[in-house]
Amino acid sequence: MTATTPPAIATTPNAMNSWFRAIRRMLATQEGVLALSLVGLTIIVSAINPRFLAPENLSDIFQFNAYIAVAAIGMSMVIISGNIDISVGPLISALAILCGTVATSGFPVWVAWIVPLIVGVLVGVFNGIVVAYLRIPAIVLTLGLHSVIRGLLVILAGSKVISDLPPDFGLAQLTPLGIPMPIYFMVVLTIIAAIWMRYSARARAIYAVGGNAEAARLSGINVQRTIVFTFMINGLMVGISSVLLATQFSQIQATPPPGLELFIITAAVVGGVSILGGTGTVIGATLAAILMSAIRVAMILINVSPFWLQAVTGVLILVTVLADILRRRRQSRSIRA
Amino acid sequence: MVASEKSVPSVPSAPRLRDRILNREVVLFIILILVALVLSTQSDQFLKLDNILNQGRLLTEVALVALPMTLIIITGGIDLSVGSILGLTAVMIWYVWQKLGWPLEIAIVLALLTAAICGFVNGLFIVRVGVPPLIMTLATLALYRGMALGISQARQARGFPDWFYQLGQGEVLGLPSQLWIVIVATILTGIILARTPFGRSIYAIGNNELGARFSGIPVDLYKLIIYTFSGFMSGLAGYIFVSRVSTTRSDMGTGLELDVIAAVVLGGTSINGGVGNIAGTAIGLILIQLLKNGLALSGFLGDATIVVVGSVLILAVLVNNFVQWRRGES
Repeated sequence: MTATTPPAIATTPNAMNSWFRAIRRMLATQEGVLALSLVGLTIIVSAINPRFLAPENLSDIFQFNAYIAVAAIGMSMVIISGNIDISVGPLISALAILCGTVATSGFPVWVAWIVPLIVGVLVGVFNGIVVAYLRIPAIVLTLGLHSVIRGLLVILAGSKVISDLPPDFGLAQLTPLGIPMPIYFMVVLTIIAAIWMRYSARARAIYAVGGNAEAARLSGINVQRTIVFTFMINGLMVGISSVLLATQFSQIQATPPPGLELFIITAAVVGGVSILGGTGTVIGATLAAILMSAIRVAMILINVSPFWLQAVTGVLILVTVLADILRRRRQSRSIRA
Repeated sequence: MVASEKSVPSVPSAPRLRDRILNREVVLFIILILVALVLSTQSDQFLKLDNILNQGRLLTEVALVALPMTLIIITGGIDLSVGSILGLTAVMIWYVWQKLGWPLEIAIVLALLTAAICGFVNGLFIVRVGVPPLIMTLATLALYRGMALGISQARQARGFPDWFYQLGQGEVLGLPSQLWIVIVATILTGIILARTPFGRSIYAIGNNELGARFSGIPVDLYKLIIYTFSGFMSGLAGYIFVSRVSTTRSDMGTGLELDVIAAVVLGGTSINGGVGNIAGTAIGLILIQLLKNGLALSGFLGDATIVVVGSVLILAVLVNNFVQWRRGES
């Protein structure tokens, strides 16, 4: 030990510096900020109330909200392409009910798991075609669809609760290697999507279209097909999300969680996806979805009235957007300098 | 319409522009009459005066908010927070009146002031910081609703004095009281939008914001004004709503933005900005209310009407785009 002391002292400032640099580099990306916020939140809240780290709270944060993270992956892509999808909330509920209905109608469970994905993809392709070829702004189309799907859901399913599900239906209740299935879905889909969004030409086309559609067209990208493709992937993610929601409890309710689409869009935006399109990553969206669930659980544990939750969500969006804008201003200033 | 001709006299496509506006409103109006005819065969209640006046009462909140929304959408912006501001206004009336124990009149004034400030904050962040309107108002949709929920803690006001109900439930000269406010506000906003430099600037901002800036239009100030106006009108709608239903709840006005945007877009205002007018919005509002009422009277569930409103919104934009596209080709 004594022999190694002098070099240790000599390297301490260096080590400190590299630590600072690492943290500063992390703070330069939205993913880093989110990861650090998550760590900070965990330390503070578990110091106030150690029950924050209890298994049931952790599973609430990760397992029961994984379906939101999965949907947020698709939403990020749609927003990166310069569009938006407001209809996801009712659509996830409708597909979950469809999933349960197929399962209780005597089909094998794997059929029940596949059907929502197919319908989700079809709805996505429909949205994409209407937006890309018929030139209906995505916000108008999906705002209209939001009403249509919500209304149809109430008319067709009412306040129905599907509870006589087959015993092997609970895909999201499986725990291979002791880890709940939804976490596998969330992590694997995020990693695949992140790699794909970074390296595949088709995914880079999504960024190009969102950044500047005209420039993308001039560089030989088929803008319309890219938009249809983006909405199709989003439909697939919504389908997977709905299966996770449908299979995680022993019953399925026809009423969508209120404001679900707001939660999903918030996750995408807080995750660093610029609403103007062209930038953002899916890892940020997943981290933001986890962070928001953690905040919700933390608020309950430190005795803040849950009535304030939505206000916190609003502040969270504002802070993220402001930080993003300030960061961009600084960058553009340093480029000019 | 006259003003729109005046403002673009040198542009060769001016007559086509007039055609387009005329066409759209005439088409909408014909659809409106057809819908009314079809619906009147379904129920003998539909065309009764009482029913029509009552529909006017129900239309008020959406109509008041649709006026500023038309202006905002013409500038290329959007305001998703209107329903939350309505809810916050209702809660503020309860808070100042019953929690703080101040007179009800002051509570109403403070609640309206709060609503205007909410709109002003939207505008300030959009103009000064450069937050896109969709994101800003999405954030405040959550924030203002959250404040309403947090302040009220699910408590609600009851036992208003009699005079308070006059606005929401009373009549003036044979019409529901609040309908007078809607009529006056609609005409004023229509004139301001069509006939004043301020109104014409709104179109200029929507068509080419940078161009408008370079022509010396105070773009930031005007945007700030219309977002504040939107907040105030949402507050006014909230006050009338509380007066109509005799209670204050923090979830009031949930989903209002959907109805309002549907009416505005159905009325021919382009969601991309630059195109639209108040007359179209008025027809859009009436059309949607007639559809809702007619379907309800024909025995459809309330939820069937949401499906119809959503489909009508999508179809209206489709037809609109198709007509524009045909014209562009010819």
